[in-house]
Amino acid sequence: MHNKETLIQWLLATVALSAIAVLALIIIFIFKEGSPVIARLGLAKFITGTKWSPTRGMFGILPMILGSVWVTLGALLIGVPMGLATAIFLAEMAPPGASRILKFAIQLLAGIPSVVFGFIGLVILVPFIRQWIGGPGFSVLAAAIVLGIMILPTIVSVCYDVFKAVPEAYREGMLALGATRWQTIKMVVLPAAKSGIIAAVILGMGRAIGETMAVIMVAGNATKIPVSPLEPVRTLTSNIALEMGYAIGEHREALFATGIVLFIIIALLNTLARIVARSEKV
Amino acid sequence: MKMTDRRITLLFTCITGLTILILVFIIGFIMVKGLPGLTLSFLLESPKEMGRTGGIFPAIVGTVLLTGMAVVIAAPVGVLTAVYLTEYTRDTWLPKIVRFGTESLAGIPSIIFGLFGFLFFVIYMDLGWSVLSGALTLSAMILPTIVRTSEEAIRAVPDAYREVSFALGSTRWQTVTSVVLPSAKPGIMTGVMLAVGRAIGETAAVIFTAGSSLRLPGTLLDSTRTLPVHFYILAREGISLENAYSTALVLILLILVINITAYAVMNRLANKGR
Amino acid sequence: MSEKKNIIINVQGGGSSAGARAVLSEVAEVGMLSRELQGDEKALIPTIIAYDAIAIIVHPLNPSCNLDITEIRSIFAGEITNWSEVGGNARKIHIVAREEGSGTRGAFDEIIMGETEVAPGAIVQDSNGAVREIIAGDPSAIGYLSLGLVDKRVKAMAISGVLPSVDTVTEKTYKLVRPMILATLENPGKETRDFISFCLSEKAREILAREGLVPVAPTAAGRSPKPDHDK
Repeated sequence: MHNKETLIQWLLATVALSAIAVLALIIIFIFKEGSPVIARLGLAKFITGTKWSPTRGMFGILPMILGSVWVTLGALLIGVPMGLATAIFLAEMAPPGASRILKFAIQLLAGIPSVVFGFIGLVILVPFIRQWIGGPGFSVLAAAIVLGIMILPTIVSVCYDVFKAVPEAYREGMLALGATRWQTIKMVVLPAAKSGIIAAVILGMGRAIGETMAVIMVAGNATKIPVSPLEPVRTLTSNIALEMGYAIGEHREALFATGIVLFIIIALLNTLARIVARSEKV
Repeated sequence: MKMTDRRITLLFTCITGLTILILVFIIGFIMVKGLPGLTLSFLLESPKEMGRTGGIFPAIVGTVLLTGMAVVIAAPVGVLTAVYLTEYTRDTWLPKIVRFGTESLAGIPSIIFGLFGFLFFVIYMDLGWSVLSGALTLSAMILPTIVRTSEEAIRAVPDAYREVSFALGSTRWQTVTSVVLPSAKPGIMTGVMLAVGRAIGETAAVIFTAGSSLRLPGTLLDSTRTLPVHFYILAREGISLENAYSTALVLILLILVINITAYAVMNRLANKGR
Repeated sequence: MSEKKNIIINVQGGGSSAGARAVLSEVAEVGMLSRELQGDEKALIPTIIAYDAIAIIVHPLNPSCNLDITEIRSIFAGEITNWSEVGGNARKIHIVAREEGSGTRGAFDEIIMGETEVAPGAIVQDSNGAVREIIAGDPSAIGYLSLGLVDKRVKAMAISGVLPSVDTVTEKTYKLVRPMILATLENPGKETRDFISFCLSEKAREILAREGLVPVAPTAAGRSPKPDHDK
C-alpha cells in the first residue's frame, strides 16, 4: 500500500516536471539554432548593428530592439492609464452588479484573437492615421494603439484583483476621517496596491513585446530606427515572422538569433515580475 | 473637494465606457461585415481559389482537430501537475522548480513557441507541418493556464473533505481521485475551457507548425489550416475581404461561446460557494 | 497533375534558394526558382517554363504613370522622396517593398536596384497581396508585385514607356521580368524528364497563363537534353 503511494508520488513528480522540460527544450533548440550566427558576428555587433540586410550579410537588430521598445512603451502609455482608471472604477466606484457585468465584458475582450485586433487596426486605424495625422499610417502609433488595447484586459483584471485585496478597514478608516472617495483611493488604496499595479504593468509589457500577428499587420515593418511615432517600425517578433517563410542558411539562423534576444528580454521581465511579487509578500 | 470627486468619478466612468465601447465596436464591426456571408454552405463547403470563394469547412475541421488534440495532451499533464503541487509536496526544491517552469512558460510569447515547434516537432522529430506538430506546440503553450487554474480549483476544495477521507482510511491518491478531483472538476473544466479559448485564436505558433494547407487533413501528419490562419491569409493578402470577415465572425463566435460558458460555470461555482 | 499516372509529386515550399539547395543536396529532383541561377547553383540545369513580369504599381488616382529604371531605383533608394520630383503631385512617396529572401524582392533588387540598397525606411510586407492592399489604399504609395496579381484597385506603371503585358514580356521590351525555372541535376531520371516536358506542354501553358504568367513560346520548348535558356 505504502509502496504504491510512493510510486504515484514519483509518477506525479515526473509529469509535473514536463513544464520545465518543455522550457529546457525551448531554450536548447532556439539557442542551438540561433547562437552560431551571434558567435560569428559577436553579440555586440548583432544587437548594436543598425543595418538589417540579410541578403548582403548584414545582421544588425538594433532597429528591431528599439522598435519593440518604442511600440511597447507606447502601448503602456495608452493601456496603463486606461486600464488603471477602468480597474479603479470597477473596484471602487461602480455598483457591484454593474461592476460584475463590465468586468465580464472586459474578460471577453481578452479572448478576441490577436489577428482580429490587427485586422481592425489595419482597416480602421491605419487609414485614419494616414488621412488625419500623417505619414503612411503604418506606424509606431498604430502598433502602440492596437497593443495598448490588447493589454487592457490584463491590466484591468490584475489591478482589479489587487484593489479588491486591499482590506476594507483601510477605506473605512479614511472615510471616517472625513476623506472623500477619491482621496481614499489616492491616499490609501493606490499606495497599498502599488506593487500589484507594477506587476500588472510588467505583465502587460511582456504581452506587448511578445505580440506578433497584430503588430506585423499595422506596424509597416521598416528596418529603420523610427524617429517619429508616425514612421513605420519593425519589432523583434515581426522580424521573425515576416522573414521566416523564405529564409535559409545564415539568414534563418539570424532570425532564430532574434528569437534568442526576444527570449532573454522576456526572461528578464519575468525575473523582474518575480522580484516585485516577492517584495510584496515581505 | 466633493467637486473633484465627482469629476474624477465622471472621468473614470467615461474611460471605462470607452474600454467597453472598444469591445462592442470590435465585435459589432465583425458581426455587421461578416454576417451577410455567414451561411450554412459557407460553414460546410471547401474553399475554392485559395478561399476567394467557397467555404471554410477544412479550416473548421483543422481548428477543432488541433485544439482538441492540444487539450487532450495538455489537460492530463496540467491537472496531474496541479495535483502534485497541491496535494503531494512539502516545501522541497522540486515544486519550486515545477512552479518556476510553469510560470516561465506562461510568459513566453507565442512566436517563440512557433519557432520551437518548428525546430523540434516539424524538423527534429520529423513530423513535418502537421496537425500533430501544431497540436503538440499548442499543448505546450496552454499547459501553464491549465496548471494554474486547476491548482486554484484544487486548493478551493475544503480541507475537511480530505480529512474525512483520510479518517475513513483512504490513501492520499484515493482521496485525490475520489474526493478532491470530483469536487474541483467544475473549476478545472473552466480552466480547460479558457485554455481552449486561447488556443483557438492562436496564429503565430500554429502557422509555423501546422502549416497552411487548405485541404482536409486525412491523417494527423497532414498539414492543415486553422480559422485564425485562414483569416490572416485572406485578410492580409486581400484574397477576399467578405470571406475574411465571415471567417473572423465564426472564430469570434466560437471563442465567445466557449468563454461565456466557462465564466458561467465559474459564476455558478462562486455562488454555490457562498 | 491528376492525369499523370502513378507519379506522386511532393511539393515543398520555401522559396527559390531553398529550391536550388534541395536539388544540389539531392533531397529533391526538381527545384523551382523564380530567379536566375546564381553562384554554385549554376551547376544545375535550368529549364525556363515561363516568365513573370513584376509590375510597379501605384494607386489608380496617382497621375504618374511612367518611370524609367533610374527613377524607380532612386525612389526605392529613398533619394527621390516626393512625387513632384518625377513629374507628379506634390506628395511624399511611401515605398512598399517585399521582405528580404522573397523571390520577388530578389528579382526587383537584381534588375532595378543593382548595388543600391532599398531605403531602410520602406514599408515591408511579406506577400504580394499585402503589398497590393496597401497600394490600393494609399494614393502616395508605390510598390511592386507579380503582374498576374494586378487588379483594378491598383495601376501598373510603364517602365520607360513600356507597360507590362504578355506581349511586352514576349517581345522582351518590358525589362522587369524574372524567369520561372525548373532546376535539375544533369541527366535527370525519366519521371523528372516527363514532369519537365509536361510543364512545357500545351496543357501546362494554359495553366501558367491562367495564373498570370507568360509561358515560353512552344518553339523554345526544347526537347534537347540541355535546354538553352536564351531562346
